[in-house]
Amino acid sequence: MERIIFDIAHSLAGGLVLVSFMMLYQDRLPALINIFAVQAVLLALSVAWQAYMQDAPHLYITAGIALVFKAMIIPVALHRIIKQLGIHREIEPVVGIGSTMFIGIGLVALSMVVMLRVTGHAAPVAREDLAFALSVILLGMLMMVTRRNAVGQVIGFMSLENGLVLAATGAKGMPLVVEISIAFSVLIAFIVIGIFLFRIRERFDTVDLSALDSHRGGQ
Amino acid sequence: MGVLNFNPVSTLLLIPLLTAPLLALLPGYKISARINVLASLATLLAASSLFFLDRPAPGNYLLVDDLNIVFIVLNTFVAFTTSVFSASYIGHELETGRLPLSYLRFYHAMYQVLLFAMNLAFVANNLGLMWVGVEVATLSTVVMVGIYRTPEALEAAWKYFILGSVGIALALFGTILVYMAAQPVVGEGNNAMLWTVLIAHVAAFDPALLNLAFVFLLLGYGTKMGLAPLHAWLPDAHAEGPTPISAVLSGLLLNVALYALLRYKLLMAANPGALAPGPLMMIMGLVSLVFAAFMLYRRRDIKRLFAYSSIEHMGIITFAFGMGGPLANFAGLLHMVMHSLTKSAIFFSVGHIAQIKGTQKIAEIRGLTQTHPLLGWGLVVGVLAIAGMPPLGIFMSEFLVVSSTIAHAPWLAVPLVVGLLVAFGALLLRLTGLAFGEPSGSTAAVKASYLPLYAHLALVLIGGVYLPPALVSWFQHVAALLG
Repeated sequence: MERIIFDIAHSLAGGLVLVSFMMLYQDRLPALINIFAVQAVLLALSVAWQAYMQDAPHLYITAGIALVFKAMIIPVALHRIIKQLGIHREIEPVVGIGSTMFIGIGLVALSMVVMLRVTGHAAPVAREDLAFALSVILLGMLMMVTRRNAVGQVIGFMSLENGLVLAATGAKGMPLVVEISIAFSVLIAFIVIGIFLFRIRERFDTVDLSALDSHRGGQ
Repeated sequence: MGVLNFNPVSTLLLIPLLTAPLLALLPGYKISARINVLASLATLLAASSLFFLDRPAPGNYLLVDDLNIVFIVLNTFVAFTTSVFSASYIGHELETGRLPLSYLRFYHAMYQVLLFAMNLAFVANNLGLMWVGVEVATLSTVVMVGIYRTPEALEAAWKYFILGSVGIALALFGTILVYMAAQPVVGEGNNAMLWTVLIAHVAAFDPALLNLAFVFLLLGYGTKMGLAPLHAWLPDAHAEGPTPISAVLSGLLLNVALYALLRYKLLMAANPGALAPGPLMMIMGLVSLVFAAFMLYRRRDIKRLFAYSSIEHMGIITFAFGMGGPLANFAGLLHMVMHSLTKSAIFFSVGHIAQIKGTQKIAEIRGLTQTHPLLGWGLVVGVLAIAGMPPLGIFMSEFLVVSSTIAHAPWLAVPLVVGLLVAFGALLLRLTGLAFGEPSGSTAAVKASYLPLYAHLALVLIGGVYLPPALVSWFQHVAALLG
């Protein structure tokens, strides 16, 4: 019984890493948003499982936030935004898929090696969860670096944040987890609203950051 | 008696927290600017009372000790003077129509939110709460950097936002790792996040986990401090936002991240098995210093110039604290105070100058000492101070940093001195163009607030000539605490 409880926790956390990989090579924004929603659902399940395992009911709140806010509200809002911005049909060339994937594999290997070696004394669930969480964080950063499009970068950041929530809930009995996940949701809402407002109310023709580079002030 | 009990720590947090919604509701400019000043002054008074009143015992959330009092008092003082400067600066922006009245309520409210968040980060005993303070402070400055809504300002805000978010995300991961290290020793729950508990038990923590945590914390809070190579957001954010925000960014927000890093450095130092945090900080500090010193030569924008100078000085401070020891820590503290005072004074004068001339391009601003003697000479003194000219305060602290480097690690003194000299040359080169020569641009008189500018410069001068013995012994005490 003990065994299967751990296995479920691991497969959910491993699923998050897998979905992060799927995001790396998406060249269409709607597909990217859908995959992010899948990751958020997985995160919600994983957090709920942790809540059950640790007998920590307050974590169900965090799971609920992940499910309602990140898997539903944010994806719907983003779909509407990219439609309004007229970028929902565009194909965003992801440069160097092969090399990006290789770097991704390297990052996952790195986080496994580092975390498993370092956390020898910690509880086994927490330890492997932390390794998966670091992988998700690093893959999210990789995605932020490789995307030129602001919406893509935001999704990268949100997936990075999924990794953080995974780490925080995996650390047994950590205080302030719920508060921190709420704080992050506020932050994400800020970003999404920001993208929306700047396009609609101001003279912003594109949220493509390569176009923004030309507006950079004098050196 | 319960109602009459005056608790300086909660007052420090409550004043800005309650003023923010008030300012968001008030429509008039004059009244809200005044309330902003008054609230900042009240917060400063509450902070100063920490020196005289009994400190509350460290609780589950808040803590006041000898280390953070220095930061809190400096923070509230510069926040107060900046609010005075901000009143006249924003008045001018309203007249010229750069800033619509509706944004102004938002601006003042955010100013108080920022003040609250910085104070929260300083007095937090809970490391998670400290992180929340840094995050809220970052968010409130992001929206203020983008407040002009020009494409440049939005890009700066976006860049700051993305890099700042990555920084705080890394810092959170580091915080989680510290909790993981503490949990087997002190047990689950709130205790494993309390700094006072952690510092008492840190010797028994797993050193490998602490090492990993410190790397993430250094990268995370280092991003917020603008250390090279994580500094990319800093020049843009300084150049495109309103100048009062540039002043608080340089003078205060960078110190908040520095403070967080220092807390973790103390934890690391108290664990015998963990790696020494000093060398990492020294390397990052030295790289930032030398890099920023060379970058100073290529700047064409006046606010960007001083933003790079902030990177340089944060580098010096990080280097000094990384070296450790009573003398270097003393020098680091003194340098931090002097830099905050000087840099915000420079931004006070630069803000009005850019308003009169209608440009931030260095090449288009000349002969300031002739057209606007008070502002021009204020800038001259400020730049001389920041470049490290005796007898001003920064010379003193830089001298201490260099001499303790020579005592501890003589070979590191070479890049340190080279960096300082290169920066000195660059700043003086730009200063001669700005302050002297044939005047250019508008010569219109300006309604400037000279008081904050000259008050800061006077303090910097006093700091260089005569440090009161009480202050010296206080700083020596804190420096000893820092190890």
